[in-house]
Amino acid sequence: MTAALRFDPIRLPEKCEQLRKEVRAFLAEEIAAGTFDPHKPNREDTDVPEFSRKVGAKGWLGMTWPKKYGGQERSFLERYVVTEEMRVANAPTRRFFVADRQSGPVLLKYAPEHIKMDILPRICRGEICFAIGMSEPNSGSDLFAAKTRATKTDGGYLINGTKIWTSSAHIADYMIAIFRTSPPTKENRRHGLTQFLVKMKQPGIKVNPIGQITGQYEFNEVVFTDHFIPDDHVLGEVDGAWKQATSELAYERSGPERFLETYYVLTELVRAVGPNPDTRSAEGIGRLVAQLHTMRRMSVSVAGMLQAGKEPVVEASIVKDIGTVWEQQLPHRVRDLAAFVEETATNRETLERQLDFAIKTAPKLTIQGGTTEVLRGIIARGLGLR
Amino acid sequence: MAESDNIVVETAEKIFADLGDPQTINNDKKNSWQAPLWQALSEAGLPLSWVPDDLGGSGASLADGFALLNAAGRFAVAVPLAETMLAGWLLAQAKVTSPEGEMTVLPASPKDRITLDADGSLSGRARGVPFAKTTRHFAVLAHGKDGVSIALVDAAKARIESGLNVGYDHSDTVTLDKVQPVTLRAAPKGFDQTMMMLMGGVARSLQIAGALESMLDISVRYSNERVAFEKKISKFQAVQHNLARLAGESAAALAAATSAADAIANATSFDDEVYLEAASAKIRCAEAAEKGGAIAHQVHGAIGFTMEHILHRYSLRALAWRDDFGSESHWAVELGKLVASRGADELWPLVASR
Repeated sequence: MTAALRFDPIRLPEKCEQLRKEVRAFLAEEIAAGTFDPHKPNREDTDVPEFSRKVGAKGWLGMTWPKKYGGQERSFLERYVVTEEMRVANAPTRRFFVADRQSGPVLLKYAPEHIKMDILPRICRGEICFAIGMSEPNSGSDLFAAKTRATKTDGGYLINGTKIWTSSAHIADYMIAIFRTSPPTKENRRHGLTQFLVKMKQPGIKVNPIGQITGQYEFNEVVFTDHFIPDDHVLGEVDGAWKQATSELAYERSGPERFLETYYVLTELVRAVGPNPDTRSAEGIGRLVAQLHTMRRMSVSVAGMLQAGKEPVVEASIVKDIGTVWEQQLPHRVRDLAAFVEETATNRETLERQLDFAIKTAPKLTIQGGTTEVLRGIIARGLGLR
Repeated sequence: MAESDNIVVETAEKIFADLGDPQTINNDKKNSWQAPLWQALSEAGLPLSWVPDDLGGSGASLADGFALLNAAGRFAVAVPLAETMLAGWLLAQAKVTSPEGEMTVLPASPKDRITLDADGSLSGRARGVPFAKTTRHFAVLAHGKDGVSIALVDAAKARIESGLNVGYDHSDTVTLDKVQPVTLRAAPKGFDQTMMMLMGGVARSLQIAGALESMLDISVRYSNERVAFEKKISKFQAVQHNLARLAGESAAALAAATSAADAIANATSFDDEVYLEAASAKIRCAEAAEKGGAIAHQVHGAIGFTMEHILHRYSLRALAWRDDFGSESHWAVELGKLVASRGADELWPLVASR
């Protein structure tokens, strides 16, 4: 048996290339109309509700979902193209991205029909925002250490405890969260967690913003005090959420957003060095492009595996590990190469402003969506080492 | 490129397993393994995979040939299989018939030039030519006043200074001093030395990726056998994380190399997109050879540093192959220049071209 993992070279079908042109044209129009500035990743107004609705109207949310829930029944590869074009253009995707990538697929799999019919079409229209409640104070990557309790009561559950590092909780309409319904057993540490659909902005939920070192407020602490959740908001099996939650994380790991978060500094460096770079700048850019290209081909390959109905857990973890380490190093490499940029470069100020923000963003990239250490543990398991 | 559904690769793997097993070769100090291995490969028509039937070859597809090179890398094959395939491919570009026996290509470095003089003779020097000392013919790309030509040259007519690469394979300096070729033809319109270097670079990338696959395999196996501090070293988290990184480097190399091979096999010309694929593969695979090889040795400890162990057959060759047909720095500079000349707003469209 060979331990090596194969990433077969997928070629995106013609349909995808047509779609890519449509997405680029749409984004160019939105940029021209001033909806967002692609050169300002650190803008204050990353939450742009009207942009979400326009993307929904284009049919680019819930693209792979059944039509009866508002989806388009299109392929993972088509969704992939939309995601990477949005990311590369620095589009304000925060409001819809989590629902589109993660929460929607979870609801599709585990929610009762009437909830699917209620919520999924609204996600597809770009009307609602989701947050994910997994981490807790002193748990983080250790999902099974979650303590926030869901206590059975008449017609539902009462929630008490605190979630933390919850991105977008301050603007979210819903959260998909795991809570403890029973203690873990001696035989199975993973036992006792249940996944719930939480309606935000209800009594018993308090959202406290947490400032980030970038100067932005993106994540929050969410405190539950006797918050009531009805029975039909239980997602999947009571006490058996661990498997659901870990398969949900696979959605979070292989996409283009996992190596393109600081990509904008590379474009800006190429702009700054101009058409005739010195040897050192050329070499630096060439290496970064070769690395980027390789990761993208791996990531596209994983999208092809998803399209084929496979569960590429280890492959996705490899893409996330290499991808986030790369996007973390990228601003530092670009900063180093920028020392050779002429004073007269017209975009010098933009590049410097972007580098400032990207360098401050970088430390989180190897943490969100599963830390590098956790991912390497998953890869090691895939290699048969544990 | 799945190995199971490819008859060319299946045939090759069987021959490699029977006659080119790395442990057997490593134990054989007299190199008596070489002749039978080469004979079996030749009888199966593998060295001339990329040569059409009417030019003396077996006419396999580019894709099958690339998959074969990847398999050769997995066995760290130390006969001029890749070199003869490349030579046959180069000769076929100008419809020159391939002779029997081992061949290699020159130049093997982007900076070296062979010139074609008015009297039809070839002159120039090529460094780092793999297996030049042990092959019978050279396929040569030469520059003349009318453009690029492709020639078949009898190796006996060249001056060869013997050298070894870090993997202990022949890597020689070849000097041609007014040598009359066996055959000489003009290259097809648009064909140039860069294309030959990109093709050679992709061949080496696939070999490096194959070697890394095997390094991962034997490192995982070793970590599950070796006991230290009273437990298998595979149970130490630090070792697990190192092996996870090796798996990542191996996967990245294989993805880059197979993607580039797929691009060339399906392209009608060596355009910017093929350039991006092929140059990226050589750069990324060279980086993977350095990082991945270091981890494989780290896991093996002192035993992996000995001649008795087979690890060096993979690790040193992967490191040596970085130098052939342009190092990672060479291609990085060229790729960087290409990207810069196209401009910032064309970078993403180039990367996302397929």
